[in-house]
Amino acid sequence: MSQHSYKIEQLKYDLKKSILLIPAIALMIGFFIIPIFMTVYYSFTNLALTGSNAKNFQFIGLLNYKTMFTDPRMWASVFHTLIFLVGSLIGQSLIGFFVAYFMQKKDQTFRSIVGPCILAGWVMPEIVVALCCFAFFDTSGTMNAILQTMNIPGVKWLYAHPMLTVILANIWHGTAFSMLNYQSALGNVSSSITEAARVDGATRVQTLFRVTIPCIKDTIATNTMLNTLSTLGVFGLIWAMTGGGPGNATTTLPIYMYFQGLKNFQLGQGTAIGMVLLLVGAIFSVIYTKTLGNED
Amino acid sequence: MKERSIKNTQYIILAIIALMFVLPLIWLILASLDTNASQALNMPTNWTLGNFKDVLSSNRNLRGFGVGMVISLIQATVVVLITGLAAYPLSRYKLSYKNVFMYSILFMTALPMIAVIVPVYKMFLTIHILDSITGVILYLSATSLPYGIWLMKNFMDGVPIELEEAAKIEGANIMQTLKMVIAPLMFPGICVTFIFTFSGSWGNFFVPYILLSSQNKLPASVLLYQYFGQHGTISYGPLAAFSIIYAVPSILLYILSQRYMSKGFNLAGASKG
Repeated sequence: MSQHSYKIEQLKYDLKKSILLIPAIALMIGFFIIPIFMTVYYSFTNLALTGSNAKNFQFIGLLNYKTMFTDPRMWASVFHTLIFLVGSLIGQSLIGFFVAYFMQKKDQTFRSIVGPCILAGWVMPEIVVALCCFAFFDTSGTMNAILQTMNIPGVKWLYAHPMLTVILANIWHGTAFSMLNYQSALGNVSSSITEAARVDGATRVQTLFRVTIPCIKDTIATNTMLNTLSTLGVFGLIWAMTGGGPGNATTTLPIYMYFQGLKNFQLGQGTAIGMVLLLVGAIFSVIYTKTLGNED
Repeated sequence: MKERSIKNTQYIILAIIALMFVLPLIWLILASLDTNASQALNMPTNWTLGNFKDVLSSNRNLRGFGVGMVISLIQATVVVLITGLAAYPLSRYKLSYKNVFMYSILFMTALPMIAVIVPVYKMFLTIHILDSITGVILYLSATSLPYGIWLMKNFMDGVPIELEEAAKIEGANIMQTLKMVIAPLMFPGICVTFIFTFSGSWGNFFVPYILLSSQNKLPASVLLYQYFGQHGTISYGPLAAFSIIYAVPSILLYILSQRYMSKGFNLAGASKG
Protein backbone atom coordinates (compact mmCIF):
# COMPACT_ATOMS: atom_id res chain seq x y z
CA MET A 1 0.00 0.00 0.00
CA SER A 2 2.70 2.45 1.01
CA GLN A 3 4.58 1.78 -2.23
CA HIS A 4 1.47 2.66 -4.20
CA SER A 5 0.61 5.81 -2.32
CA TYR A 6 4.22 6.90 -2.50
CA LYS A 7 4.02 6.75 -6.27
CA ILE A 8 0.82 8.80 -6.31
CA GLU A 9 2.39 11.33 -3.97
CA GLN A 10 5.38 11.61 -6.26
CA LEU A 11 3.11 12.00 -9.30
CA LYS A 12 1.15 14.77 -7.58
CA TYR A 13 4.40 16.46 -6.62
CA ASP A 14 5.75 16.15 -10.18
CA LEU A 15 2.59 17.62 -11.71
CA LYS A 16 2.38 20.46 -9.23
CA LYS A 17 5.99 21.41 -9.64
CA SER A 18 6.03 21.16 -13.44
CA ILE A 19 3.72 24.06 -14.27
CA LEU A 20 6.62 26.27 -15.34
CA LEU A 21 7.68 23.62 -17.83
CA ILE A 22 4.36 23.72 -19.69
CA PRO A 23 5.17 26.47 -22.25
CA ALA A 24 8.44 24.77 -23.17
CA ILE A 25 6.88 21.33 -23.43
CA ALA A 26 3.88 22.61 -25.43
CA LEU A 27 6.07 24.39 -27.96
CA MET A 28 8.40 21.42 -28.30
CA ILE A 29 5.52 18.99 -28.77
CA GLY A 30 3.86 21.21 -31.37
CA PHE A 31 6.84 22.06 -33.53
CA PHE A 32 9.40 19.40 -32.72
CA ILE A 33 7.86 16.12 -31.54
CA ILE A 34 4.78 16.16 -33.79
CA PRO A 35 6.86 16.79 -36.93
CA ILE A 36 9.04 13.82 -35.96
CA PHE A 37 5.98 11.57 -35.69
CA MET A 38 4.59 13.02 -38.90
CA THR A 39 7.85 12.14 -40.62
CA VAL A 40 7.35 8.54 -39.56
CA TYR A 41 3.68 8.55 -40.55
CA TYR A 42 3.95 10.30 -43.92
CA SER A 43 6.80 8.05 -44.96
CA PHE A 44 4.26 5.21 -45.15
CA THR A 45 1.79 7.17 -47.32
CA ASN A 46 1.57 8.36 -50.92
CA LEU A 47 1.03 11.97 -49.83
CA ALA A 48 1.81 14.52 -52.52
CA LEU A 49 1.93 18.29 -52.29
CA THR A 50 -0.43 18.85 -55.22
CA GLY A 51 -2.91 16.80 -57.25
CA SER A 52 -5.35 14.17 -56.04
CA ASN A 53 -2.87 12.57 -53.67
CA ALA A 54 -2.60 15.82 -51.74
CA LYS A 55 -6.03 15.38 -50.13
CA ASN A 56 -6.85 11.70 -50.44
CA PHE A 57 -3.56 10.16 -49.57
CA GLN A 58 -3.40 6.54 -48.56
CA PHE A 59 -1.36 4.24 -46.44
CA ILE A 60 0.94 2.39 -48.81
CA GLY A 61 3.08 0.42 -46.39
CA LEU A 62 6.72 0.14 -47.27
CA LEU A 63 6.34 1.24 -50.88
CA ASN A 64 8.21 4.53 -50.36
CA TYR A 65 11.07 2.65 -48.80
CA LYS A 66 11.05 0.11 -51.61
CA THR A 67 11.11 2.90 -54.21
CA MET A 68 13.78 4.71 -52.26
CA PHE A 69 16.12 1.78 -51.91
CA THR A 70 15.82 0.79 -55.57
CA ASP A 71 16.41 4.38 -56.69
CA PRO A 72 20.00 4.74 -57.96
CA ARG A 73 19.90 8.48 -57.17
CA MET A 74 19.15 7.63 -53.56
CA TRP A 75 22.20 5.39 -53.34
CA ALA A 76 24.26 8.09 -55.03
CA SER A 77 23.09 10.55 -52.35
CA VAL A 78 23.95 8.12 -49.57
CA PHE A 79 27.38 7.70 -51.10
CA HIS A 80 27.85 11.49 -51.47
CA THR A 81 26.75 12.01 -47.89
CA LEU A 82 29.33 9.49 -46.68
CA ILE A 83 32.13 11.10 -48.70
CA PHE A 84 31.12 14.56 -47.49
CA LEU A 85 30.91 13.31 -43.91
CA VAL A 86 34.20 11.42 -43.85
CA GLY A 87 36.08 14.16 -45.72
CA SER A 88 34.76 16.88 -43.41
CA LEU A 89 35.40 14.85 -40.26
CA ILE A 90 38.98 14.00 -41.18
CA GLY A 91 39.78 17.54 -42.28
CA GLN A 92 38.13 19.32 -39.36
CA SER A 93 39.42 16.97 -36.67
CA LEU A 94 42.98 16.65 -37.95
CA ILE A 95 43.51 20.35 -38.64
CA GLY A 96 41.67 21.28 -35.44
CA PHE A 97 43.76 18.91 -33.36
CA PHE A 98 46.99 19.81 -35.14
CA VAL A 99 46.52 23.52 -34.53
CA ALA A 100 45.40 23.03 -30.92
CA TYR A 101 48.31 20.68 -30.16
CA PHE A 102 51.12 22.67 -31.73
CA MET A 103 49.86 26.03 -30.51
CA GLN A 104 50.21 24.96 -26.89
CA LYS A 105 53.67 26.25 -26.15
CA LYS A 106 53.94 28.92 -28.77
CA ASP A 107 54.51 32.60 -28.45
CA GLN A 108 51.50 34.46 -27.02
CA THR A 109 51.32 37.03 -29.83
CA PHE A 110 51.54 34.27 -32.45
CA ARG A 111 48.69 32.40 -30.74
CA SER A 112 46.50 35.47 -30.59
CA ILE A 113 46.91 35.91 -34.36
CA VAL A 114 46.51 32.29 -35.50
CA GLY A 115 43.47 31.56 -33.27
CA PRO A 116 41.19 34.27 -34.71
CA CYS A 117 42.24 33.35 -38.27
CA ILE A 118 40.84 29.84 -37.77
CA LEU A 119 37.80 31.20 -35.91
CA ALA A 120 36.90 33.54 -38.78
CA GLY A 121 35.32 30.84 -40.92
CA TRP A 122 33.39 29.48 -37.94
CA VAL A 123 31.84 32.74 -36.78
CA MET A 124 30.57 33.62 -40.26
CA PRO A 125 26.96 32.79 -41.17
CA GLU A 126 26.62 29.74 -43.42
CA ILE A 127 25.69 31.65 -46.58
CA VAL A 128 28.61 34.07 -46.20
CA VAL A 129 30.87 31.02 -45.92
CA ALA A 130 29.32 29.70 -49.12
CA LEU A 131 29.93 33.00 -50.92
CA CYS A 132 33.55 33.29 -49.72
CA CYS A 133 34.33 29.74 -50.78
CA PHE A 134 32.40 30.06 -54.03
CA ALA A 135 34.59 33.01 -55.00
CA PHE A 136 37.76 31.46 -53.56
CA PHE A 137 37.38 28.29 -55.66
CA ASP A 138 36.02 30.01 -58.76
CA THR A 139 37.97 29.31 -61.95
CA SER A 140 39.37 32.83 -61.78
CA GLY A 141 39.36 32.90 -57.99
CA THR A 142 42.04 33.18 -55.34
CA MET A 143 42.89 29.46 -55.16
CA ASN A 144 43.84 29.28 -58.83
CA ALA A 145 45.71 32.58 -58.56
CA ILE A 146 47.84 31.02 -55.80
CA LEU A 147 48.42 27.89 -57.87
CA GLN A 148 49.50 30.02 -60.82
CA THR A 149 52.18 31.77 -58.79
CA MET A 150 53.61 28.29 -58.15
CA ASN A 151 53.35 27.46 -61.87
CA ILE A 152 50.60 24.91 -61.28
CA PRO A 153 47.80 25.17 -63.87
CA GLY A 154 44.42 26.27 -62.52
CA VAL A 155 41.60 23.83 -61.85
CA LYS A 156 37.87 24.29 -62.44
CA TRP A 157 37.21 23.44 -58.81
CA LEU A 158 33.42 23.64 -58.80
CA TYR A 159 33.08 21.57 -61.98
CA ALA A 160 35.98 19.16 -61.92
CA HIS A 161 36.07 18.51 -58.14
CA PRO A 162 32.75 19.77 -56.75
CA MET A 163 32.68 17.36 -53.80
CA LEU A 164 36.22 18.20 -52.75
CA THR A 165 35.34 21.88 -52.99
CA VAL A 166 32.28 21.69 -50.74
CA ILE A 167 34.24 19.53 -48.28
CA LEU A 168 36.99 22.17 -48.15
CA ALA A 169 34.32 24.84 -47.59
CA ASN A 170 32.87 22.81 -44.75
CA ILE A 171 36.35 22.33 -43.27
CA TRP A 172 36.87 26.08 -43.40
CA HIS A 173 33.57 26.55 -41.60
CA GLY A 174 33.91 23.78 -39.00
CA THR A 175 37.56 23.39 -38.01
CA ALA A 176 37.45 26.05 -35.28
CA PHE A 177 34.87 24.04 -33.33
CA SER A 178 37.24 21.05 -33.14
CA MET A 179 40.15 23.32 -32.38
CA LEU A 180 38.34 24.91 -29.43
CA ASN A 181 37.31 21.49 -28.08
CA TYR A 182 40.82 20.10 -28.35
CA GLN A 183 42.35 23.25 -26.89
CA SER A 184 40.33 22.94 -23.72
CA ALA A 185 40.88 19.17 -23.52
CA LEU A 186 44.63 19.52 -23.99
CA GLY A 187 44.66 22.28 -21.41
CA ASN A 188 43.31 19.77 -18.89
CA VAL A 189 46.02 17.17 -19.56
CA SER A 190 48.42 17.79 -16.71
CA SER A 191 51.86 18.59 -18.04
CA SER A 192 53.43 16.57 -15.22
CA ILE A 193 52.15 13.36 -16.86
CA THR A 194 53.57 14.16 -20.28
CA GLU A 195 56.81 15.41 -18.75
CA ALA A 196 57.12 12.20 -16.73
CA ALA A 197 56.74 10.19 -19.94
CA ARG A 198 59.45 12.29 -21.59
CA VAL A 199 61.79 11.81 -18.60
CA ASP A 200 61.21 8.06 -18.84
CA GLY A 201 62.61 8.21 -22.35
CA ALA A 202 59.47 8.29 -24.49
CA THR A 203 59.85 10.23 -27.72
CA ARG A 204 57.58 13.14 -28.48
CA VAL A 205 55.51 11.03 -30.88
CA GLN A 206 55.20 8.19 -28.33
CA THR A 207 54.09 10.65 -25.67
CA LEU A 208 51.46 12.05 -28.01
CA PHE A 209 49.99 8.66 -28.98
CA ARG A 210 50.43 6.77 -25.71
CA VAL A 211 49.77 9.51 -23.14
CA THR A 212 48.12 12.63 -24.50
CA ILE A 213 45.60 11.07 -26.91
CA PRO A 214 44.35 8.42 -24.42
CA CYS A 215 43.85 11.25 -21.91
CA ILE A 216 41.52 13.15 -24.25
CA LYS A 217 39.68 10.20 -25.81
CA ASP A 218 36.33 11.32 -24.38
CA THR A 219 36.71 14.69 -26.07
CA ILE A 220 37.65 12.97 -29.32
CA ALA A 221 34.47 10.87 -29.10
CA THR A 222 32.15 13.80 -28.26
CA ASN A 223 33.74 16.04 -30.84
CA THR A 224 33.42 13.40 -33.56
CA MET A 225 29.75 12.77 -32.70
CA LEU A 226 28.87 16.47 -32.74
CA ASN A 227 30.73 17.02 -36.01
CA THR A 228 28.99 14.01 -37.53
CA LEU A 229 25.57 15.28 -36.50
CA SER A 230 26.15 18.82 -37.73
CA THR A 231 27.68 17.59 -41.00
CA LEU A 232 24.70 15.30 -41.64
CA GLY A 233 22.44 18.36 -41.46
CA VAL A 234 24.45 20.60 -43.81
CA PHE A 235 22.14 22.01 -46.45
CA GLY A 236 22.65 25.73 -47.13
CA LEU A 237 26.39 25.56 -47.68
CA ILE A 238 26.14 22.96 -50.46
CA TRP A 239 22.87 24.29 -51.84
CA ALA A 240 24.27 27.81 -52.27
CA MET A 241 27.64 26.71 -53.67
CA THR A 242 26.60 24.01 -56.15
CA GLY A 243 22.84 23.46 -55.86
CA GLY A 244 23.68 19.76 -55.49
CA GLY A 245 25.38 19.65 -58.87
CA PRO A 246 26.91 19.63 -61.35
CA GLY A 247 24.59 16.76 -62.26
CA ASN A 248 24.07 15.25 -58.85
CA ALA A 249 27.74 15.25 -57.85
CA THR A 250 27.14 17.05 -54.54
CA THR A 251 23.60 15.89 -53.83
CA THR A 252 23.71 14.72 -50.23
CA LEU A 253 20.70 13.31 -48.36
CA PRO A 254 19.29 16.65 -47.12
CA ILE A 255 19.47 18.03 -50.65
CA TYR A 256 17.91 14.95 -52.21
CA MET A 257 15.18 15.04 -49.57
CA TYR A 258 14.42 18.68 -50.34
CA PHE A 259 14.43 17.87 -54.02
CA GLN A 260 12.07 14.90 -53.84
CA GLY A 261 9.78 16.27 -51.15
CA LEU A 262 9.43 19.93 -52.00
CA LYS A 263 10.60 20.30 -55.61
CA ASN A 264 9.05 17.14 -57.05
CA PHE A 265 6.14 17.48 -54.60
CA GLN A 266 6.42 13.84 -53.44
CA LEU A 267 6.07 14.43 -49.71
CA GLY A 268 5.87 10.71 -48.95
CA GLN A 269 9.13 10.08 -50.78
CA GLY A 270 10.74 13.11 -49.18
CA THR A 271 9.79 12.07 -45.67
CA ALA A 272 11.10 8.54 -46.26
CA ILE A 273 14.49 10.10 -47.01
CA GLY A 274 14.03 12.29 -43.95
CA MET A 275 13.47 9.13 -41.92
CA VAL A 276 16.86 7.80 -42.98
CA LEU A 277 18.50 11.04 -41.86
CA LEU A 278 16.52 11.02 -38.64
CA LEU A 279 17.43 7.42 -37.81
CA VAL A 280 21.12 7.86 -38.54
CA GLY A 281 21.01 11.11 -36.55
CA ALA A 282 19.21 9.39 -33.67
CA ILE A 283 21.80 6.61 -33.49
CA PHE A 284 24.70 9.05 -33.33
CA SER A 285 22.77 11.23 -30.92
CA VAL A 286 22.21 8.32 -28.53
CA ILE A 287 25.93 7.50 -28.60
CA TYR A 288 26.70 11.17 -27.97
CA THR A 289 24.25 11.39 -25.06
CA LYS A 290 25.74 8.24 -23.55
CA THR A 291 29.35 9.39 -23.83
CA LEU A 292 28.43 12.69 -22.26
CA GLY A 293 26.42 10.93 -19.54
CA ASN A 294 29.39 8.74 -18.65
CA GLU A 295 31.61 11.75 -18.17
CA ASP A 296 29.46 13.23 -15.41
CA MET B 1 69.87 22.94 -33.21
CA LYS B 2 67.50 20.16 -34.25
CA GLU B 3 65.06 21.17 -31.54
CA ARG B 4 65.10 24.69 -32.91
CA SER B 5 64.42 23.73 -36.52
CA ILE B 6 61.50 21.51 -35.45
CA LYS B 7 60.04 24.47 -33.62
CA ASN B 8 60.52 26.74 -36.65
CA THR B 9 58.85 24.21 -38.95
CA GLN B 10 55.88 24.12 -36.60
CA TYR B 11 55.64 27.90 -36.68
CA ILE B 12 55.76 27.91 -40.46
CA ILE B 13 53.10 25.21 -40.89
CA LEU B 14 50.78 26.88 -38.37
CA ALA B 15 51.28 30.22 -40.13
CA ILE B 16 50.43 28.67 -43.52
CA ILE B 17 47.26 27.06 -42.13
CA ALA B 18 46.23 30.35 -40.55
CA LEU B 19 46.91 32.19 -43.80
CA MET B 20 44.83 29.72 -45.83
CA PHE B 21 42.00 30.11 -43.35
CA VAL B 22 42.05 33.89 -43.38
CA LEU B 23 42.49 34.40 -47.15
CA PRO B 24 38.77 34.05 -48.06
CA LEU B 25 38.02 36.60 -45.36
CA ILE B 26 40.65 39.05 -46.60
CA TRP B 27 39.15 38.68 -50.07
CA LEU B 28 35.74 39.53 -48.64
CA ILE B 29 37.02 42.70 -46.98
CA LEU B 30 39.08 43.91 -49.95
CA ALA B 31 36.35 43.10 -52.48
CA SER B 32 33.85 45.13 -50.47
CA LEU B 33 36.13 48.18 -50.71
CA ASP B 34 36.90 47.79 -54.41
CA THR B 35 35.00 49.60 -57.17
CA ASN B 36 35.92 46.80 -59.54
CA ALA B 37 36.00 43.67 -57.40
CA SER B 38 36.48 40.23 -58.95
CA GLN B 39 36.50 36.65 -57.61
CA ALA B 40 40.23 36.76 -56.93
CA LEU B 41 42.02 38.44 -54.08
CA ASN B 42 43.33 41.78 -55.37
CA MET B 43 44.48 45.04 -53.89
CA PRO B 44 41.75 47.49 -54.95
CA THR B 45 42.97 50.01 -57.49
CA ASN B 46 40.12 52.36 -56.57
CA TRP B 47 39.22 52.22 -52.89
CA THR B 48 35.59 53.01 -52.18
CA LEU B 49 32.81 52.83 -49.65
CA GLY B 50 30.34 52.96 -52.50
CA ASN B 51 29.52 49.26 -52.27
CA PHE B 52 28.29 49.70 -48.71
CA LYS B 53 26.35 52.78 -49.74
CA ASP B 54 24.73 50.85 -52.60
CA VAL B 55 23.74 47.97 -50.34
CA LEU B 56 22.30 50.23 -47.67
CA SER B 57 20.41 52.45 -50.11
CA SER B 58 18.31 49.54 -51.37
CA ASN B 59 15.00 49.23 -49.58
CA ARG B 60 14.90 45.53 -50.30
CA ASN B 61 18.20 44.99 -48.48
CA LEU B 62 17.23 47.17 -45.52
CA ARG B 63 14.02 45.21 -45.27
CA GLY B 64 15.96 41.95 -45.36
CA PHE B 65 18.20 43.03 -42.49
CA GLY B 66 15.16 44.33 -40.61
CA VAL B 67 13.19 41.12 -41.04
CA GLY B 68 16.22 39.08 -39.95
CA MET B 69 16.58 41.31 -36.87
CA VAL B 70 12.90 40.97 -35.98
CA ILE B 71 12.95 37.18 -36.33
CA SER B 72 16.15 36.79 -34.33
CA LEU B 73 15.26 39.27 -31.57
CA ILE B 74 11.77 37.86 -30.98
CA GLN B 75 12.99 34.29 -31.16
CA ALA B 76 15.84 34.90 -28.71
CA THR B 77 13.49 36.71 -26.30
CA VAL B 78 10.88 33.94 -26.48
CA VAL B 79 13.52 31.28 -25.93
CA VAL B 80 15.07 33.08 -22.96
CA LEU B 81 11.68 33.59 -21.28
CA ILE B 82 10.43 30.04 -21.84
CA THR B 83 13.68 28.33 -20.96
CA GLY B 84 14.08 30.59 -17.92
CA LEU B 85 10.74 29.31 -16.61
CA ALA B 86 11.47 25.71 -17.57
CA ALA B 87 14.89 25.72 -15.93
CA TYR B 88 13.48 26.54 -12.50
CA PRO B 89 11.69 23.25 -11.71
CA LEU B 90 14.49 21.30 -13.39
CA SER B 91 17.09 23.01 -11.28
CA ARG B 92 15.26 23.27 -7.94
CA TYR B 93 12.82 20.37 -7.51
CA LYS B 94 13.39 16.64 -7.17
CA LEU B 95 11.24 15.64 -10.12
CA SER B 96 11.08 11.90 -10.73
CA TYR B 97 11.38 12.34 -14.50
CA LYS B 98 14.21 14.85 -14.37
CA ASN B 99 17.00 12.60 -15.61
CA VAL B 100 14.92 11.16 -18.42
CA PHE B 101 13.86 14.67 -19.39
CA MET B 102 17.38 16.06 -19.41
CA TYR B 103 18.69 13.16 -21.46
CA SER B 104 15.84 13.55 -23.95
CA ILE B 105 16.68 17.25 -24.20
CA LEU B 106 20.33 16.49 -24.82
CA PHE B 107 19.32 13.91 -27.41
CA MET B 108 17.11 16.47 -29.14
CA THR B 109 19.84 19.13 -29.27
CA ALA B 110 21.88 16.84 -31.49
CA LEU B 111 19.19 15.72 -33.97
CA PRO B 112 19.61 17.11 -37.50
CA MET B 113 16.43 19.20 -37.67
CA ILE B 114 16.48 19.41 -41.44
CA ALA B 115 15.26 15.79 -41.46
CA VAL B 116 11.74 16.87 -40.48
CA ILE B 117 11.44 19.98 -42.65
CA VAL B 118 9.23 18.25 -45.24
CA PRO B 119 6.41 17.38 -42.80
CA VAL B 120 6.85 20.78 -41.15
CA TYR B 121 6.22 22.34 -44.55
CA LYS B 122 3.08 20.23 -44.94
CA MET B 123 1.94 21.04 -41.41
CA PHE B 124 2.42 24.78 -41.99
CA LEU B 125 0.47 24.47 -45.23
CA THR B 126 -2.40 22.74 -43.44
CA ILE B 127 -2.68 25.20 -40.54
CA HIS B 128 -2.09 28.19 -42.86
CA ILE B 129 1.10 29.54 -41.37
CA LEU B 130 3.25 28.87 -44.42
CA ASP B 131 4.97 32.03 -45.66
CA SER B 132 4.41 33.65 -42.27
CA ILE B 133 7.17 35.21 -40.19
CA THR B 134 5.33 34.19 -37.01
CA GLY B 135 5.44 30.58 -38.20
CA VAL B 136 9.17 30.80 -38.78
CA ILE B 137 9.70 32.31 -35.33
CA LEU B 138 7.62 29.58 -33.68
CA TYR B 139 9.45 26.79 -35.45
CA LEU B 140 12.90 28.26 -34.83
CA SER B 141 12.03 28.87 -31.16
CA ALA B 142 10.82 25.31 -30.64
CA THR B 143 13.92 23.82 -32.21
CA SER B 144 16.26 25.94 -30.11
CA LEU B 145 14.45 25.21 -26.84
CA PRO B 146 16.31 21.95 -26.04
CA TYR B 147 19.72 23.60 -26.12
CA GLY B 148 18.35 26.67 -24.35
CA ILE B 149 16.88 24.58 -21.52
CA TRP B 150 20.15 22.70 -21.20
CA LEU B 151 22.13 25.95 -20.91
CA MET B 152 19.70 27.73 -18.59
CA LYS B 153 19.36 24.76 -16.26
CA ASN B 154 23.12 24.53 -15.89
CA PHE B 155 23.47 28.25 -15.28
CA MET B 156 20.63 28.19 -12.74
CA ASP B 157 22.29 25.30 -10.90
CA GLY B 158 25.12 27.74 -10.26
CA VAL B 159 22.88 30.20 -8.40
CA PRO B 160 23.02 29.39 -4.66
CA ILE B 161 19.66 28.36 -3.23
CA GLU B 162 20.20 30.23 0.08
CA LEU B 163 19.41 33.59 -1.52
CA GLU B 164 16.10 32.29 -2.73
CA GLU B 165 15.13 31.08 0.71
CA ALA B 166 15.74 34.55 2.04
CA ALA B 167 13.36 35.91 -0.59
CA LYS B 168 10.80 33.25 0.27
CA ILE B 169 10.86 34.20 3.94
CA GLU B 170 10.12 37.75 2.95
CA GLY B 171 7.03 36.51 1.12
CA ALA B 172 8.10 36.48 -2.52
CA ASN B 173 6.40 34.00 -4.85
CA ILE B 174 8.23 31.97 -7.48
CA MET B 175 7.78 34.48 -10.30
CA GLN B 176 9.03 37.33 -8.11
CA THR B 177 11.97 35.24 -6.95
CA LEU B 178 12.83 34.35 -10.53
CA LYS B 179 12.64 37.97 -11.63
CA MET B 180 14.19 39.73 -8.65
CA VAL B 181 16.70 37.22 -7.30
CA ILE B 182 17.65 34.57 -9.83
CA ALA B 183 17.57 36.51 -13.11
CA PRO B 184 20.00 39.24 -11.97
CA LEU B 185 22.38 36.61 -10.56
CA MET B 186 22.41 34.54 -13.71
CA PHE B 187 22.50 37.53 -16.04
CA PRO B 188 25.62 36.23 -17.82
CA GLY B 189 23.86 32.90 -18.41
CA ILE B 190 20.80 34.67 -19.79
CA CYS B 191 23.07 36.65 -22.12
CA VAL B 192 24.81 33.51 -23.33
CA THR B 193 21.48 31.79 -24.06
CA PHE B 194 20.18 34.92 -25.79
CA ILE B 195 23.31 35.32 -27.89
CA PHE B 196 23.46 31.66 -28.90
CA THR B 197 19.82 31.67 -29.95
CA PHE B 198 20.13 35.00 -31.74
CA SER B 199 23.24 33.98 -33.68
CA GLY B 200 21.76 30.63 -34.63
CA SER B 201 18.65 32.33 -35.93
CA TRP B 202 20.51 35.17 -37.69
CA GLY B 203 22.72 32.71 -39.53
CA ASN B 204 19.96 30.21 -40.29
CA PHE B 205 19.22 29.79 -43.94
CA PHE B 206 17.17 26.68 -44.60
CA VAL B 207 14.20 27.40 -42.31
CA PRO B 208 13.26 30.80 -43.81
CA TYR B 209 14.31 29.59 -47.28
CA ILE B 210 11.85 26.71 -47.14
CA LEU B 211 9.04 28.20 -45.07
CA LEU B 212 8.89 31.72 -46.56
CA SER B 213 8.22 32.67 -50.16
CA SER B 214 7.05 36.31 -50.41
CA GLN B 215 9.95 38.54 -51.40
CA ASN B 216 9.12 41.13 -48.75
CA LYS B 217 9.33 38.59 -45.93
CA LEU B 218 12.77 37.20 -46.71
CA PRO B 219 15.54 37.79 -44.14
CA ALA B 220 19.12 38.74 -45.08
CA SER B 221 20.36 35.15 -45.28
CA VAL B 222 17.90 34.23 -48.03
CA LEU B 223 18.49 37.53 -49.89
CA LEU B 224 22.23 36.90 -49.95
CA TYR B 225 21.57 33.43 -51.34
CA GLN B 226 19.33 34.90 -54.03
CA TYR B 227 22.03 37.40 -55.02
CA PHE B 228 24.63 34.77 -55.80
CA GLY B 229 23.06 31.33 -55.59
CA GLN B 230 21.38 31.61 -58.99
CA HIS B 231 24.87 31.91 -60.48
CA GLY B 232 24.16 34.57 -63.10
CA THR B 233 26.52 37.51 -63.45
CA ILE B 234 27.63 38.38 -59.98
CA SER B 235 28.80 41.84 -58.93
CA TYR B 236 31.20 40.86 -56.21
CA GLY B 237 31.76 44.30 -54.68
CA PRO B 238 28.21 44.94 -53.41
CA LEU B 239 27.82 41.26 -52.58
CA ALA B 240 30.92 41.36 -50.36
CA ALA B 241 29.67 44.55 -48.71
CA PHE B 242 26.28 42.92 -48.06
CA SER B 243 28.01 39.88 -46.57
CA ILE B 244 30.11 41.99 -44.23
CA ILE B 245 27.11 43.96 -42.97
CA TYR B 246 25.27 40.67 -42.53
CA ALA B 247 28.19 39.00 -40.73
CA VAL B 248 28.94 41.85 -38.31
CA PRO B 249 26.23 40.95 -35.74
CA SER B 250 27.45 37.33 -35.69
CA ILE B 251 31.04 38.41 -35.09
CA LEU B 252 30.19 41.00 -32.43
CA LEU B 253 27.91 38.60 -30.57
CA TYR B 254 30.57 35.89 -30.63
CA ILE B 255 33.09 38.24 -29.02
CA LEU B 256 30.47 39.36 -26.49
CA SER B 257 29.56 35.76 -25.62
CA GLN B 258 33.22 35.01 -24.87
CA ARG B 259 33.16 37.75 -22.23
CA TYR B 260 30.02 36.37 -20.60
CA MET B 261 31.16 32.77 -20.87
CA SER B 262 34.19 33.38 -18.68
CA LYS B 263 32.13 35.29 -16.12
CA GLY B 264 29.16 32.96 -16.28
CA PHE B 265 30.34 30.28 -13.94
CA ASN B 266 31.55 32.49 -11.10
CA LEU B 267 28.33 32.83 -9.16
CA ALA B 268 29.26 31.14 -5.91
CA GLY B 269 30.53 34.44 -4.46
CA ALA B 270 27.04 35.92 -4.17
CA SER B 271 26.05 34.01 -1.03
CA LYS B 272 29.16 35.05 0.86
CA GLY B 273 28.58 38.80 0.71
